[in-house]
Amino acid sequence: MDALQHFLPQVWFVILGLFLFLYITLDGFDLGVGILSLTASTEARRSILMTSLGNVWDANETWLVLMGGALFGAFPLAYGTILTALYIPAVVMIVGLILRAVAFEFRENADRKTIWNLAFGIGSFLAALGQGFALGSVFEGIRVDGAGHFVGGIWDWLSWRSILVALTLIQGYVLIGSTYLVMKTTDGLQQTYVKTAKLAALTTLAGAIFITTSTPIFYEQVRLHLFSPPLLYVFGAIPVLGLLLVGLLWRSLTRGEERSPFVWTVLIFLLSFLGLGLIIFPYVIPPSITIYQAAASPSSLVFMIIFMGFLIPIMLFYNIYNYVVFRGKVTEAHD
Amino acid sequence: MEFLSDAVVLSRMQFALTAIFHMLWPVLTTGMAIYLVIVEGLWVKTRKPEYYHHARFWSKLYVLNFGIGVASGLPMEFQFGTNWAPFSEAVGDFFGSILGFEASMAFMLEAGFLGIMLFGWSRVPPIVHYLATIMVAFGANLSTFWILVANSWLQTPAGGDFINGKFVVADYFQAILNPFMVNSVLHMFFATLETSLFVIGGISAWYMLKRRHTAFFAMSFKIVLAAAIAVTPIQIAIGHLSAEQVRHYQPSKLAAMEAQWEDIPAGSTADWSLVSLPSNKTESNRFEIKVPQGLGYVLEFKSTLSEPIRGLKSWSQRDRPHAIGLIYYAFRIMSGIGFALAGLMLVSVVQWLRGKLVAGAIADQKWLLRGWLFAAPLGYIAVESGWIVRCVGRQPWTVYGELRTADMASNLPAGEILASLTGFAVLYSVLFVTTLYFASRIIVKGPNLELPIPAVALKPGVEIEPADHEPNRRPTEAQQ
Ligand code: HDD
Ligand code: HEM
Ligand code: HEM
Repeated sequence: MDALQHFLPQVWFVILGLFLFLYITLDGFDLGVGILSLTASTEARRSILMTSLGNVWDANETWLVLMGGALFGAFPLAYGTILTALYIPAVVMIVGLILRAVAFEFRENADRKTIWNLAFGIGSFLAALGQGFALGSVFEGIRVDGAGHFVGGIWDWLSWRSILVALTLIQGYVLIGSTYLVMKTTDGLQQTYVKTAKLAALTTLAGAIFITTSTPIFYEQVRLHLFSPPLLYVFGAIPVLGLLLVGLLWRSLTRGEERSPFVWTVLIFLLSFLGLGLIIFPYVIPPSITIYQAAASPSSLVFMIIFMGFLIPIMLFYNIYNYVVFRGKVTEAHD
Repeated sequence: MEFLSDAVVLSRMQFALTAIFHMLWPVLTTGMAIYLVIVEGLWVKTRKPEYYHHARFWSKLYVLNFGIGVASGLPMEFQFGTNWAPFSEAVGDFFGSILGFEASMAFMLEAGFLGIMLFGWSRVPPIVHYLATIMVAFGANLSTFWILVANSWLQTPAGGDFINGKFVVADYFQAILNPFMVNSVLHMFFATLETSLFVIGGISAWYMLKRRHTAFFAMSFKIVLAAAIAVTPIQIAIGHLSAEQVRHYQPSKLAAMEAQWEDIPAGSTADWSLVSLPSNKTESNRFEIKVPQGLGYVLEFKSTLSEPIRGLKSWSQRDRPHAIGLIYYAFRIMSGIGFALAGLMLVSVVQWLRGKLVAGAIADQKWLLRGWLFAAPLGYIAVESGWIVRCVGRQPWTVYGELRTADMASNLPAGEILASLTGFAVLYSVLFVTTLYFASRIIVKGPNLELPIPAVALKPGVEIEPADHEPNRRPTEAQQ
């Protein structure tokens, strides 16, 4: 029983991590493309950008909804406390996602597209901003009482480090968005995004380095956690691997490869994500509430694994099928 | 304006606002998805181009509503955490897992196949496309199922116990199969279907009144009329069953629905109030028009009541709903619409049997068609009223008899909620108006009957003709 009480929350920590990773990667490129659309020079180009997302944005966003539902079921306490603490970033994100979603439907039917173009770009930006602050402040820690209820103030989520995380996440989204566009577009448009990708790779890297180095300096708890033997090697390896991946990304962009930049970026995301996961584990409301304290009852966790666990491969299967059906380049219309 | 500084009231207002607006879009998409399955099925079977053009035309309205449905649903998913944290913690074990199932089974299925359904016509074989349409419809209705499981459980919690204010599940299947579940799911399922049928019928009627594409829209009109023959009476029957279960499990809600203040003993008769002005202050109805002995007939089809009915006064103010008038009228509006739509169906069927609905003559049935046009928004009004009966009638409980709404709200500063509430109110109003505007544009433009049938060129990556381009306005996609 005791083993079960440890094992089940860990399984759910991993499953939630998977959902969050899929969300950040997949909707990450959607939001990145959205942010980039603000800089698109012509209406035709913007059409291509939006078309490249037309069939996937909804499915990608659904990973977030799924992650919300799963967090609610598996760690009810964390769901309530974190969302209450992050009220403002959550609302900003939701408003952003609403604007982004409606832009797809309304722009299509509109004669004057400017306002929906703005809704698409600004919505994507707001969603990324809200997510960045949320991530940053969960990472920073949430003030709770002994029972795990939020006791902080409404601006707790705002600090220079959460600003840094938010900016870096936005850069990361722009990076993955532009490598996605490198894959989906041709000619001049593709060249534009090769350049953007390089720029974004540099800014993301700068942010990442800053976050990685400042964390152990400012946080004693993290320092003690990280700088003791088995984890030390893992944490030593992550920055090295990260630099290597950025190098590979750079090379593939320079060589004009079309698909590998995207793959390298996904791997960079995965690596950063593993790093974050290791720092946070076993907490779900850092710095004090662990996954064991916040978990739903074991029977509930088992029940959810039975119902949702077996759906994960099925969901992945038809999502991949969707990408396969719409593979290939998006090119301009022949009006 | 005291309530503007009460966090609980503001959170309730925000939930009500977002739920009421959200509901407007899924109602159409879940019901219309079934209609799309029918017409595309007819096309796959008969290969008549008209059916293909029906599928294409209605799916334009479909996708518009779908996108806004997704957008407006997002705040719903996160509000339980942001505004109702104690509630989330208390019932997360069960309620949260159900929302998780909804997302993994229903939302993902809809979203995963929607792209193929909308843009895949020339990229996959017709049968695969048809499968995608079925999956989208299936997903939408699964979503109805799960969300109503969750909501029914709030009405009649079952399958476990509240220990120290936290719900501990003993038996999941009992919790899912809670007493309200079956009827509520069915009532909602038929509500989405009925609303969509009358929207499609109303729009078809509009075209025929304008004598645009009369033969084409006579087809969709007859399909929805045929479906309405079954759906409208069934909905009334299930509504009646819903009222019976409310009477049994939520007596305070029934008393509010009937604005009944005094107890009625078993074996006696009671009047059914049709119009009145209930007042919570005086605990009575000021002005009233009644149907003598009506209540017995409404509830049991006979003049005397076999079981007693508790009046509102038998609860203390603190234990019963306050917005009696709202609940009372919402209930009457919903059931009134139920009968009105059934009546319209009957008149139309009579005309059909008399041969007045053949393609040549149907456009002359001006009054009938105007009736359908007028009926198009009624389903929405019934749905919203039904939810008001259900959610407002449940007060002061969030989980009936167990958790009080007043204890369930997050401890947030009122100003913060007021800000988000205002934001959502503005945003949703804009979405509502804009959806109406663009939907009416799609309708005024009309169907594109020149669309080439995709079966001729099935290989993926075929260049799409400009004619095809028109209704969807997507730049061409080409293979590498
Ligand atoms: C008629 C049934 C019905 C009812 C009563 C509700 N919904 Fe809904 N909802 C749907 C039927 C639906 C749907 C038809 O399945 C939607 C519309 C478009 C879509 O993708 O799914 C949807 C969308 C939708 C989304 C976005 C899904 C996505 O991103 O794909 C969320 C998060 C919710 N809803 C959540 C809720 C919550 C928390 C509700 C209760 C308060 C609720 N809905 C009531
Ligand atoms: C099916 C999923 C739904 C669930 C799980 C649900 C649950 C809730 C919850 C938790 C609240 C806040 C707490 C409370 O006031 O008791 C609430 C309030 C409310 N909901 Fe629902 N609801 C659902 C659907 C809807 C829909 C579709 C509508 C309207 C169209 C609606 C209308 C309302 C209203 C008007 C209130 C405010 C009641 C009041 O505070 O007086 N609900 N509901
Ligand atoms: C004579 C006809 C009808 C009767 C007697 C009736 C009865 C009821 C009752 C008693 C409830 C409350 C259930 C509860 O609080 O638990 C309800 C809810 C509801 N009604 Fe009706 N109804 C009728 C027609 C309709 C129609 C025509 C529609 C829509 C097209 C509709 C849509 C709804 C909805 C959406 C709800 C809330 C969700 C649910 O309970 O499934 N109803 N109805």
